[in-house]
Amino acid sequence: MIRIEKLHKSYPIGKDSLHVLKGIDLHIKEGEFVSIMGSSGSGKSTLLNIVGLLDTHDQGAYYLNGQLIQGLNEKKAAILRNKFLGFVFQSFNLISYKTALENVALPLYYKGMNRKERLIIALDYLDKVGIKDWANHLPNELSGGQKQRVAIARALVTNPKVVLADEPTGALDSTTTDSVMDLLKDINNEGMTVFVITHEEEVANQTKRIVRLKDGVIISDEPTIASKNL
Amino acid sequence: MKFLFDSDTWQEIYGSIRKNKMRTGITIIGVLWGIFLLVVLLGATRGLENSFNKAFGSFATNSVFVWTQYTDTPFKGFQKGRRFNLNTKDVRVLKSEYANEIKVLAPRNQTRNLIVKDFKSGTFRVSGDYSFLDQIQKKKLIYGRFLNSRDISLIAKVTVISEDMYKQLFDKGVNPIGQYIKINSINFKVIGVYEPSPRINIDGDTAYIPFSTFKKVYNTANKISWMMITANKGVDIEQMEKDILLTLKNLHKVHPEDERAFGSVNLSKEIGKFLGFLTGMQFLTWFVGIATLIAGVFAIGNILLITVKERTKEIGIRRAIGATPKKIRQQIILESVFLTTVAGMMGIIFGAAVLMLIDYQWGRGVDAVLVNPTVNIPIILAAFTTLVVLGTLIGLIPAHMATVVKPIEALREE
Repeated sequence: MIRIEKLHKSYPIGKDSLHVLKGIDLHIKEGEFVSIMGSSGSGKSTLLNIVGLLDTHDQGAYYLNGQLIQGLNEKKAAILRNKFLGFVFQSFNLISYKTALENVALPLYYKGMNRKERLIIALDYLDKVGIKDWANHLPNELSGGQKQRVAIARALVTNPKVVLADEPTGALDSTTTDSVMDLLKDINNEGMTVFVITHEEEVANQTKRIVRLKDGVIISDEPTIASKNL
Repeated sequence: MKFLFDSDTWQEIYGSIRKNKMRTGITIIGVLWGIFLLVVLLGATRGLENSFNKAFGSFATNSVFVWTQYTDTPFKGFQKGRRFNLNTKDVRVLKSEYANEIKVLAPRNQTRNLIVKDFKSGTFRVSGDYSFLDQIQKKKLIYGRFLNSRDISLIAKVTVISEDMYKQLFDKGVNPIGQYIKINSINFKVIGVYEPSPRINIDGDTAYIPFSTFKKVYNTANKISWMMITANKGVDIEQMEKDILLTLKNLHKVHPEDERAFGSVNLSKEIGKFLGFLTGMQFLTWFVGIATLIAGVFAIGNILLITVKERTKEIGIRRAIGATPKKIRQQIILESVFLTTVAGMMGIIFGAAVLMLIDYQWGRGVDAVLVNPTVNIPIILAAFTTLVVLGTLIGLIPAHMATVVKPIEALREE
């Protein structure tokens, strides 16, 4: 599903450049539940952004669903994101003046689906994440956990190949963290590839594979105890 | 174009406008003010033009007035400072020499005299005229008729007086026609009462009597005070004025270079000056109107730019979930066009309302300052189209700004 070979990325800082990713090799198969761990500055967010086509890499190769990602223009990237990827962010990133239902339906709007159809599908997904009753609430009327559920529903609504979650529990307390992680596990159990970035061991341990990054290189890549128990 | 009819597109625009009510309002006022000014100024200028045309409507504008003063150059044995008069021979000569150019030549004799009606009296101008004066200076009669050629040939003692003279000399409600008034102690029968033209009024309150009668009553012999000449269509009136003056100088033994001997006014020249002023007004109107419009459109561009900056994050989110740059651009440009369109329409409506008010307040009656202040619909449509085009162009800037930022940078924005 995701294949990365000798990936390099550096950011210019003034006259110098900061080498963030120094040759990453990573292969994530369909249906995997992977977490990337690392302290801040380890390059984990950069990696996710490149995987999520929000940023471009300098060197190396990146295959998404078997397709080589190279020299994409914004239009193609947008279409690919819409088709293959679902995003969940730490700060939810819901649009404040749209209801939960409208937020979830938005990716379908960009897909070109008509309103009636996409509201039905969106409601379906809200039901799936268990907050159908809050469908017509604005984001500021929802709790953090509920917001993240809306965000997850939004990520899932286009039926993507991969769900990318950037610190999905970073803004949540431990109880809601667990419920959000349970939701992600359920999604994964249904066959969805889930790719999580976190710096919390507890969160990472609930996934099936942990990739540890340090200073732009992978220092370990192993299955978790949770996956062995299965 | 399909997106134009998509209810979602409009919902997105509504959402974004609702979020920034205050700023949207102020922006709309900017453009509204521009087109409002344009409409009102154009309408007012047109009103002025109309009222001007109306004022001159009763007057042949291709006219020259000629009278005598006194010479400033000695010539043919005459000393300078000589006074002399126009006479009926001049009229004959001019009429035959300029038969092709002159349409009407009205010799006139004028004086001031006491006019008495029973116990009421007043001093007014008395003018000896031909019936065709009416062709140069249309008289609006409220009672009776103007002088006719029969009055002239019969040397009739008849007179046409102004409305004010009628009010001053007659009791209220009395029909003046057929009544007698005393001019220079001679009884004249009133045959008409006219309403003076509100603005172009050369004679003031005048009792018109036949030219022939004037000659007898005041014993003017062949002398005439001055003459009004109207040219045929297509005649170069300035050249005709020069030629006529030269002919008259020759007839009266006046030095050809003498500047003071004859006085003359070329009405079309005076009107030309005023028309030039009107053209200037129109230019100013367009300049001010369009400059204001452009300022308004820039205000919209500016506001959208701020909105885009503020919504960087939102735009980042939209792009992360699959909005193409084209979609984002469409959205912002459409927002800009929508705002300019609404503002433009409101401006036109308010402008038209103010013009209606102006028409109601100052556009009625004979002494209206602004007659029928209107704006051509094609002009308004052109201004409106320009506005929308400018709105689109100015919308391109924020639209470009919105998509030039990488989505990842947009998302990072807090």
